[in-house]
Amino acid sequence: MSIDTSKVAASNTTTAATAKKPSKAGAAAAWADDRLGLATAMKKNLRKVFPDHWSFMLGEIALWSFVVLLLSGVFLTLWFTPSMGEVTYQGSYDPLRGVTVSEAYNSALKLSFDVRGGLLMRQMHHWAAMVFIAAMMIHLLRVYFTGAFRKPRELNWVIGCLLLLGTLEGFTGYSLPDDLLSGTGIRAADGFMKSIPLVGSYLSFFLFDGEFPGDAIIPRLFTIHVLLIPGLLLALIAAHMLLLVYHKHTQWPGPGRTEQNVVGFPMLPVYAAKAGGFFFIVFGVTALMGGLLSINPVWKFGPYDPTKVTAGSQPDWYMGWPDGALRIMPGWEFGIFGHTFPFNVFLPIIVLPGLMFTILLMLPFIESWVTGDKRDHHLLERPRNAPTRTAVMVSLMTFYGLMWAAGGNDIIAIKLHASINQITYFMRAAVFIGPAIAFFITRRWCISLQRHDNETLLHGYETGIIMRSPEGGYSERHLPISDARAYTMTARQRDEVPALEAETDANGVPTPGSRSAKVKSKLQTLMYADNVQKPTQEELEEAHHHVEHENELQAGLDHAADGHQFDGHHLVDEEHLRSH
Amino acid sequence: MSDQNSHDDLVPSTFEDEPIANPGLPPHVWRPTDVDPKAEKRAERQVAAMFGLSILCAILFMVSYFAFHVGSDWNTIGGLGASNVALGVFLGGALLFIGIGIIQWARKLMGDQEIVEYRHPARSPDEDREATLAALNAGLEESGIGRRPLVRNTLLGAVGILALPAIVMLRDLGPLPGDKLNHTIWRRGMRVVRDVVGTPIKVSDLELGDLVNALPEALFPTQENGYPEIEGVELQQQKVKAAVILNRMLPEEIVSEQTLNWSVNGIVCYSKICTHVGCPISLNERTTHHLLCPCHQSTFDLTDSGKVIFGPAGHALPQLPLAVDSDGYLIAQSDFTEPVGPSFWERDPS
Ligand code: HEM
Ligand code: FES
Repeated sequence: MSIDTSKVAASNTTTAATAKKPSKAGAAAAWADDRLGLATAMKKNLRKVFPDHWSFMLGEIALWSFVVLLLSGVFLTLWFTPSMGEVTYQGSYDPLRGVTVSEAYNSALKLSFDVRGGLLMRQMHHWAAMVFIAAMMIHLLRVYFTGAFRKPRELNWVIGCLLLLGTLEGFTGYSLPDDLLSGTGIRAADGFMKSIPLVGSYLSFFLFDGEFPGDAIIPRLFTIHVLLIPGLLLALIAAHMLLLVYHKHTQWPGPGRTEQNVVGFPMLPVYAAKAGGFFFIVFGVTALMGGLLSINPVWKFGPYDPTKVTAGSQPDWYMGWPDGALRIMPGWEFGIFGHTFPFNVFLPIIVLPGLMFTILLMLPFIESWVTGDKRDHHLLERPRNAPTRTAVMVSLMTFYGLMWAAGGNDIIAIKLHASINQITYFMRAAVFIGPAIAFFITRRWCISLQRHDNETLLHGYETGIIMRSPEGGYSERHLPISDARAYTMTARQRDEVPALEAETDANGVPTPGSRSAKVKSKLQTLMYADNVQKPTQEELEEAHHHVEHENELQAGLDHAADGHQFDGHHLVDEEHLRSH
Repeated sequence: MSDQNSHDDLVPSTFEDEPIANPGLPPHVWRPTDVDPKAEKRAERQVAAMFGLSILCAILFMVSYFAFHVGSDWNTIGGLGASNVALGVFLGGALLFIGIGIIQWARKLMGDQEIVEYRHPARSPDEDREATLAALNAGLEESGIGRRPLVRNTLLGAVGILALPAIVMLRDLGPLPGDKLNHTIWRRGMRVVRDVVGTPIKVSDLELGDLVNALPEALFPTQENGYPEIEGVELQQQKVKAAVILNRMLPEEIVSEQTLNWSVNGIVCYSKICTHVGCPISLNERTTHHLLCPCHQSTFDLTDSGKVIFGPAGHALPQLPLAVDSDGYLIAQSDFTEPVGPSFWERDPS
């Protein structure tokens, strides 16, 4: 294609226009630089390159919904009264008029019915909280599955994991309006705390300023919700972004995209415009959700009353998985020297989330310990090219999903007309067996996808055209893939399959310290040994010779039957078989 | 126009033994808006139209704010309220159109040349590292922190100890538990009264299989019953612990000796607070006299000392010993004989 570039739009000239006289922006920048000296730092950063891929948007959704949370949250604080003092409800909502409620609940109702836009902000705040946490988790999965957590980005992985603190922020927010559901949640939290050996009841009395429910918990949670955790999240997000900029974003391999460079659009203007525009889109979608989708209608639940509970009461979805663990745990409560150890609560709700969090945090370090890989990695890997890594996360996800499903065991029982006992027993087994099966299947699946990739590289892609040989045999026509695609598929490191180190020295005596080396080499074997490596140059050449040979055998076909125009001997520029 | 891509030749290939050579960045393809002034103008108009629509939505937002009532009108559209729906839709529109406009602008009109930047290792160059290390050592050396262990150790001790005042400061967050968790307001002879209304209950008030939510009479103080005034936090705290349920069954159905002794004509009384993590229990299976907690489905057998027959609860539901007073009303024989609600470390193991 050749285009007369003289017609190209002005914005696309490749050389910067030389400024005749300083523009307005230039004058402002000069003013600022005289005082702040930012030009040195900004020289590179204004045109900093950001690579593009849809999956890089997930973190952005989390970031922007956090901003929406800050904005809508501040609006809510203007009316919300964090107090458990009792008042008689006198607002616009008829069914509750005259009822004694807490000031917190009263102000949540006021926000919902007597402040214009108040309900919108409440619902936007709650929806944004859901989107924030969901986007954060999916972003985490993206980072893990593509290997973006590898050196030098391990610390940013750790910061990202710490951001899961946002779930606690969600729980404290959910507790603020002091409706029946939030009270039920706080009460369960009281039970959780009491399950901690030695200090449990002290923690509970300190948090509630006496016995549950007391009158301190809502004001205290309020401070935690609007000051403490948002402050921490803000600091963590700032650090996350700084490191992102310092490391430069990872990119997918492709023609011209290597470990040494980063290819994409400059921050100013394209990336800034796209990211900024995306902020408005996230904000706008949240506003539509707040306007059109009801969420947490606290007036329907009624004020908190410690003697009441609604059937099928469920926490917000992100609290679902520990709730499931709590449900399927057998009722093991131990007596220890005249004390009670409520292991049935302590294990699923205190230990398990902590354990899961620690595992998540450690994943990059475990992987690099096993592989011994100390190199920097800036190119992303397809999940299939790290079968064990991918399988580990799918296995964790299966565990999470099953626990989450167990959190709805009553609903499942009703839907399936099964007894809740059966569902629970099934789940108890499933949370152990399911992840193991998921690990195995995922790993094999990845490996067969790798094998398929190699087939495509060596023999070309399947055209769907069946060829009949003179002997009457049938075969499918394969056509070579483009260089760009072939390069993209092979642009990855070979796994260094470990050679088993000698376990004994020359005299047959076990080498000292070989135990951990042995464990490591076993793990390496598990991690790598079954992986399919990309073909070598010789293998590729040989395969291509072979293909050419085949084509020569079929060269007699000079008249093209239907579909045979794709036999590689005809120009197919004008033909469309299928997009590839 | 391959001149833009010449830098690629400089890019060293990364992968040892690469089977396929890096073909380099594909050539840039001009968009219609780059080469066709008409398309360019069209895109420009589209973007401006988006921003115009956003302005319109913002105005409609303000109109809706004043035009629609909240309060009594909150329920009009699908239970959401006309005001809420209108504000949400127009705010959403005002924001979305800005977003769509900007992105359209970026895609169609801003330069779309991908550019290349080189990466540098995160680590500093060796000479910087050495210089920093030298500076660090010089600083430490001058401070003498290594040579004066006495100074160093007392400083570490002092700073470490500072954590303690910080923790001690939190002491007044709340009182110590004492034995509060072991007792409720129930006393010998206290009447069992209906939840909410506070009326005493006769044996004949309960049909077979009935489940009644009840409270101690002390939570409904009147002149007649002479119980001391109780309200606010104190009332809530007592209510949380003292709430009970009454259930009537045939005396023959009762399994355990204790349950029989503490029942009156087949009426049994149990704590309403689940021993798992403390939800109020509410679901009654009429025929089996099993009581199910809606939170995590712990199931307790009311015929047999409140034993856990299913679910995650760790111990039985405490039973309140019942009797009748001279007027025929249900009363408690005593307080609960064990703590109610979730387990805790200081509780006597059951
Ligand atoms: C990651 C950040 C945040 C999350 C996940 C979050 C989550 C929540 C949730 C789920 C609720 C319950 C909403 C409802 O009533 O349905 C809530 C309530 C509330 N939040 Fe946040 N929030 C966050 C940040 C903030 C910030 C920064 C502020 C203020 C500075 C704030 C102020 C409030 C207030 C005042 C309420 C009570 C209002 C009411 O329920 O009527 N939140 N939050
Ligand atoms: S609180 Fe009753 S089962 Fe968990």
